[in-house]
Amino acid sequence: MSNEAILHSSVVAHDHHDSHDDTHHEHHHHETFITKYVFSQDHKMIAKQFLITGMFWAVLGGFMSVLFRLQLGYPDSTFPWLEDIIGKWGKGGHISAEAYYALVTTHGTVLVFFVLTAGLSGTFANLLIPLQVGARDMASPFMNMLSYWFFFLAGLVMLSSIFVETGPFSGGWTAYPPLSALGSASPGSKTGMDLWIIAMALFVVSSLLGGLNYIATILNMRTKGMSMTRLPLTIWALFFTAVLGVLSFPVLLSGFILLIFDRNFGTSFYLSDIFVSSVGALPNEGGSAILFQHLFWFLGHPEVYIILLPAMGMVSEILSTNARKPIFGYMAMVGSMFAIAILAFLVWAHHMFVTGLNPFLGSIFVLLTLLIAVPSAIKVFNWITTLWRGNIRFTPAMLFAIGFVSLFISGGLTGIWLGNSAIDIHLHDTYFVIAHFHIVMGVASMFGMFAGIYHWFPKMYGRYLNNNLGYIHFWLTMIGAYLIFWPMHYQGFAGMPRRYYDFSVWESFKQFADLNRFISTVATIVFFVQIMFLFNFFYSIFKGRKVTSTNPWSSNTLEWTTPINPGHGNWVGEIPEVHRWAYDYGKDGKDFIPQTTPVGDDESVH
Amino acid sequence: MVYMTTVSNNQRNRIHPHKFTMWVAMGSIVMMFAGLTSAYIVRSNQGNWLEFNLPVVFWYSTLVILCSSLFIHLSVKAFKAREMQRYRLLITITMALGLLFSVLQFVGFSDLKTHGVQLLGVGSNPAASFLAIICGLHILHVLGGVVVLMIIFLRAYSNKSKNYNPVPVEIVATYWHFVDILWIYLFIFFSIIHT
Repeated sequence: MSNEAILHSSVVAHDHHDSHDDTHHEHHHHETFITKYVFSQDHKMIAKQFLITGMFWAVLGGFMSVLFRLQLGYPDSTFPWLEDIIGKWGKGGHISAEAYYALVTTHGTVLVFFVLTAGLSGTFANLLIPLQVGARDMASPFMNMLSYWFFFLAGLVMLSSIFVETGPFSGGWTAYPPLSALGSASPGSKTGMDLWIIAMALFVVSSLLGGLNYIATILNMRTKGMSMTRLPLTIWALFFTAVLGVLSFPVLLSGFILLIFDRNFGTSFYLSDIFVSSVGALPNEGGSAILFQHLFWFLGHPEVYIILLPAMGMVSEILSTNARKPIFGYMAMVGSMFAIAILAFLVWAHHMFVTGLNPFLGSIFVLLTLLIAVPSAIKVFNWITTLWRGNIRFTPAMLFAIGFVSLFISGGLTGIWLGNSAIDIHLHDTYFVIAHFHIVMGVASMFGMFAGIYHWFPKMYGRYLNNNLGYIHFWLTMIGAYLIFWPMHYQGFAGMPRRYYDFSVWESFKQFADLNRFISTVATIVFFVQIMFLFNFFYSIFKGRKVTSTNPWSSNTLEWTTPINPGHGNWVGEIPEVHRWAYDYGKDGKDFIPQTTPVGDDESVH
Repeated sequence: MVYMTTVSNNQRNRIHPHKFTMWVAMGSIVMMFAGLTSAYIVRSNQGNWLEFNLPVVFWYSTLVILCSSLFIHLSVKAFKAREMQRYRLLITITMALGLLFSVLQFVGFSDLKTHGVQLLGVGSNPAASFLAIICGLHILHVLGGVVVLMIIFLRAYSNKSKNYNPVPVEIVATYWHFVDILWIYLFIFFSIIHT
C-alpha cells in the first residue's frame, strides 16, 4: 500500500487541487486549529508536540534537581522562598526529608522517561523518519497521534501526583518494592505511588504505539531506491531504539501489573512476611523483591540505549554533514548499533550485583557488560575519524555533537569500572554511579538532543536559532556539566552514598561540604543557561532569521528536498527517488551530492 | 490532489504496513507474556510454592478457542468471496466463542476456588496468583479481540460504503489466531511446570 492511500485514509482530507506555493501547504488541507495544532496527525506537528511537552518536563525535572541540590549544597542555610513555592515541604526554608526523596524520585522518572525517551525519540523519530526515508507520513498517522496523547495523559497524571496531600512517590525512580508495594512504607507510597504507576502504564502504551509505527514506517514506507544500506544513520539508530522499546517496555508493564496486585489485591509476588514498624509483620508470604528488580532492569537496561541511540544517530549525521566528510565506517556503525541492541538485553543483572546474585552468574554478566565496550569503542573511533582532517563548520549543532562524543567517552570509561562486579561492590549506590550515568546517559543524550534541535530547527520552523546564544549555551553547559559531575567521581570513591538527605551529619563526608556547595552552585547556573536556550527557542520560532534556501546545511538527506515549510505530505509532487547513500560529502571534488542525484558513469556506487 | 500524485507503483509493496505493525505488536505482546512466564519460573524455584492441578475446564476452553480460530478463518474466506451474509454469521459465531472462552476461563477459576486454591488476596500463594494474572491478561487480550470483531462486524452493516478491502479483516484474523496460539502456549506452559 502506498503512502498516499494511508494519508488519504486518515482524517485529513487532501482536497485541494491547485497551487504550488511552497510556503503555505497547510492551507491545502483546510485544517482547523484543532486538527492542525491539537489532534494533529501530521508527523511534523506531533514531533513539535513531543518536543515542547518534553521541554516542559525538562524544566520541571531540572528545577527539581536545583531544589534538592540546594539541600545538598547548603544543608545549614534557610531559603524562605522555598516555603512560598512548595509549602509544607519547605517549612522554615528547609526542604523536608520526604520532599527531598520525592524530588529525587520525580526528577529521575521525569528525566528518564518523559524527557529523554518521549522528548528525544518521540520528537526526532516523528520528525525524521518520514522525512529521511521519503514517506508522506507514518504507517499509521492515527496511532501516532494516540501515542502523543497517551504521553500527554501520562504527564497529566504524573503532574497531579505532585499536588496530592501525601506527596508524589518518593521511593526512587526504580520503584523497588517494598517501598513501592506498601502504602504504609512512606507518605509517597500512598496515593503518589498509585498515580506514578498509572502514569507509567500510560507512558508504556504511548511508547509502544510510537515504536510500532516507527518500525513499520522504516521497514515498509521507504521511497524508491532507499535500500536499508542507504538509510541515514539517524534512521538506523531510531529503528534500533524502537525495536528495543517494543521488546522491553511490555516486560516492564508485566512487572507493574504484578506490583499493582501486590499493592491493592493482597498477592505476594514481591512482598514477604517482613516487619514494618507501626504496622507489624505483613500477612504476605514468600514474595521476592528481587523478582521486581529482574523485571524492572530487563527494561531498565535497554532503556538507557533507548535514550542513547537516537542521540548517537543524530550525532553521526551532524558530524558527517558539518565535517563535510563521509561518515567513517557506515556499516561498522550499523553493526555496532545492532550489537549494542542485542547486548542491551543481556546485561540487566549488572544493576543487581549486590542483591545476593550468584557470583558465578555475576561473572557472566560482567563479561557481557564489558563486551559493550567493543561496539562503543568502534563508534567513538568512527566519530573521531570522521572529524579527522575534516573541513569542520562549527555550527552550534556541530559543537553539541562533538560535545556528545566527549561526554560519551568520559562517561563510557567509568562504565567499565562499574561493570566489574568486584569494583561495583565498593562503588554501587555511590556518587560514582550518579556521575557515570548522568554523564554517559543524561548529559550526553541531552547534548544529542540539543544538536538535533539546532540542526533541524530550520526544518521544523523555517527559521534559524540564534547562533551566539547557541555558542554561549554550548560552552556554559559543556563546562558546567563537567564541573558538576567530575567531582562526584571522587565523592563516590570516598564512599559517599547516593540518595542521602544530609551529609553534614556524617563525619566521613564532612570534607565534601565545600565541594557539594560548589556542585550545587554550578548546577543552578547551568539550569538558568537552559532557560536561556528556551528563550532562544521560542523567540526564534517567531522572530528568528528566516531560512531562504531549502538546504541550509548543504546536506545530502531527503528532508532538505522538501519545501522550506513542508505541508502534510511533505513533498510537492512525487516523492524523490534515491540513488545513493546519504554521505557523499567531498566526493570527486564536489562538496556534497544529495541522495537524489543519479550516480554518474564514472562514479562508484554505494 | 495533483501534488499528491501517487508513487505507489514506486513503492515495494511486500506487506501492508498495518499488517506489519500487527506482527510487531504481536512480538511485543509475546514479550509481555514471556516476562510473566519467566517471572513464574524464577519465582517457582524459590520455594514456598503451592502445587495444584489445573482445572479440567481449561481443556474445554482450549477446544472453544481452537474452534473460534477455524470460524474466523472461514469468515475471512467468506469476506473475500463477498458472501457478506455468511461472513456476518461466521464472525458472530467467532465473537460468541470468544466470549464463551472467557466465561469458561472464569469457570476454571471458580473451580480452583472450590478446591481451596485462593487466587488473589491475603493468604494467596504466588503459584495461584500467577496463574490468575497471566490467564486474566490473556482473557483481556481475547476480549479486546472481541471488541475489534464487533467493530468490523458493524462496519459490514454500514450502508454508506461498500468496502471490500480485506486488510482490516485479515489483520483481525491474524490477531485472533495469535491469541489462540498464545493460549495454547500458556496452557502447555502451565501443564508442564505444574507436573
